[in-house]
Amino acid sequence: MFSLAIAYLRDRILTTALNILLLGIAVATLVMLLNLSSQVGQRFEKDAAGVDLVVGAKGSPLQLILSALYQIDMPTGNIPLSAVDTLRRDPSVARVIPMALGDTFRGYRIVGTEPSYVQLHQGTLATGRMFGGHGEALIGSEVARKTGMSLGQQFLGSHGLGDADGGSEHEGHPFRAVGILKPTGSVLDRLVLVSMETVWDVHGIHHGDISHDHANGHGEHHQEHHHADEAGHGLHDEAELKPEVTALLVTYRNAFGAVRVPSLINRQTDMQAAVPAIETARLLSLLGVGIDGARLFAWLLAATGGLSIFVALLQAASAREGDLALLRVMGASPARVFGTIMAEGLITAAAGAAVGLLLGHVVLAFAVSAFERLQDISLDPWALHPGEAGIVAAVLGIGAIASLVPAIRVFRIDLAQTLARAS
Amino acid sequence: MTEVAALDIRDLGHAYSGRPILSAFNLAVPVGSHTVLLGPSGSGKTTLINLVTGLLTPDAGTIMVGGEHMTGSAAARDDLRRRRIGIIFQTLRLVAALSVVDNLRLAQRLSGQRRDDTIIDHLLDGVGLSHRRQANPRQLSQGEAQRAAIARALVGKPDILIADEPTSALDDLNAKKVAEMLIRTSNARGSTLLIATHDARLKAHFEQAVTLKPFRVVA
Repeated sequence: MFSLAIAYLRDRILTTALNILLLGIAVATLVMLLNLSSQVGQRFEKDAAGVDLVVGAKGSPLQLILSALYQIDMPTGNIPLSAVDTLRRDPSVARVIPMALGDTFRGYRIVGTEPSYVQLHQGTLATGRMFGGHGEALIGSEVARKTGMSLGQQFLGSHGLGDADGGSEHEGHPFRAVGILKPTGSVLDRLVLVSMETVWDVHGIHHGDISHDHANGHGEHHQEHHHADEAGHGLHDEAELKPEVTALLVTYRNAFGAVRVPSLINRQTDMQAAVPAIETARLLSLLGVGIDGARLFAWLLAATGGLSIFVALLQAASAREGDLALLRVMGASPARVFGTIMAEGLITAAAGAAVGLLLGHVVLAFAVSAFERLQDISLDPWALHPGEAGIVAAVLGIGAIASLVPAIRVFRIDLAQTLARAS
Repeated sequence: MTEVAALDIRDLGHAYSGRPILSAFNLAVPVGSHTVLLGPSGSGKTTLINLVTGLLTPDAGTIMVGGEHMTGSAAARDDLRRRRIGIIFQTLRLVAALSVVDNLRLAQRLSGQRRDDTIIDHLLDGVGLSHRRQANPRQLSQGEAQRAAIARALVGKPDILIADEPTSALDDLNAKKVAEMLIRTSNARGSTLLIATHDARLKAHFEQAVTLKPFRVVA
């Protein structure tokens, strides 16, 4: 009877194709939303792992988190280098990783930092060694792959964080790739890491030997705080040219730090402390409103698909009452004929689900290749989310429910009367 | 030993909404015979066919098909019909979504037989439709559809082949051809033939003719 169900579907191929397409679009939308929201959430969670607090210039805390943790927004400005040592001396603080942003290489951010940033993201070397000396750069896996960067290769950074083309190049301050990282699935893959001192040097900022001291956590610096320019290149003030940092990634030693450190920074300094967990939750919540709306739309679409199957099957069952009666007379049990109609609905729903799954991932792949922002969050368009099984099950359920009423009519057919009718 | 009749109807009575259609009707159809039920519209031919095939249950009397009661439960009637009876409906009822050959395969499967395309090919050859085996029923002429329905009714190798008004839309020549084909193919399959028709032209082709009139039988 399965082949009969297929024959009936083939017999009205246009209606069948439209129903499959309708369900397919609904499933594709749901699959895209599921993967997008899930992978964005996972990505945010992964990039924020091990960071309890982000300290930066005053401004939007969300912007600070996005720029310092996820590298997808402009920094709020710069803060004094002395903040590094101040925080490192705090007994509640276990780790402080400074970051200096300002330049890019072919759209990928060049981040002045310390090797502990690589450890934070559990990065391991694919080849070469860790950055350290002047001009030495450690290349993220995606940067190496997309730009074709190889070990020992020299390159120039572009001024600013604004766009992929970058601004003017820092002539006379070439970087040299001394190491390439293995893929981590984190923000690390999309960064070029250099030492803080290299960033300062590139921008003509005199820093003497302070880098060594602050890196060890014993420096005594009293730098002034300077706000950054809006273009994201807030590393230094041309008039002062004093070393600054863009943000600090802080890890607490104990729970007491979470109570004391943020309030201390927010109340008693010109800096701001943003908690990644709170800001990320806020961002996901804001995104969630849109995603929920789109998800609701997609489910309505799926319901429409179900309704369309229902109408198609009801019409078909009505038009085919003679066939159904004939099947019964020729020896098919009512359950068997019922199964044929159910199979029609379920095959349509299954085909819609299959088309939707494929379409969803293909559109995601297209979107990732077309939109830079999706590349920034390293969205994997072909990753299968366990929730997709739930979507398929729900669509099959819709198909089954839509088929039920037309199928039940089989039990009510008066064989003699139906077969006596002209058609 | 008395041979069991292919169809044995005794004291059959049936009414629609209190209006009697058949009353004390008796009929014995010997195995391998060819019988025609003649009568005008409203004489109860289709009702009788529906009773014999178990689509209706009689108000009175018994119907035995190959020695088995056709008056049991719905499931028992379905089973008996599936095993012993092939039916050609007046409206033919070929499944439009299937090709001619697939219509026959479906009937073969539903009759409980294993798929055997040799039998199907033989039947299609017998009714002159070998060249139309893959055709869709919508593409068939009335005559071709009639022949496809005959082949389908016989594919389950029924003990008794019942046809309701098989020549109603045909001219003399084609009516004669269909009657001869029914007799020839049912003989070839070893099936007893019973047809119900208002077409008196067919009487000459059948060894037994039964005329139905409202409420009484003239044999």
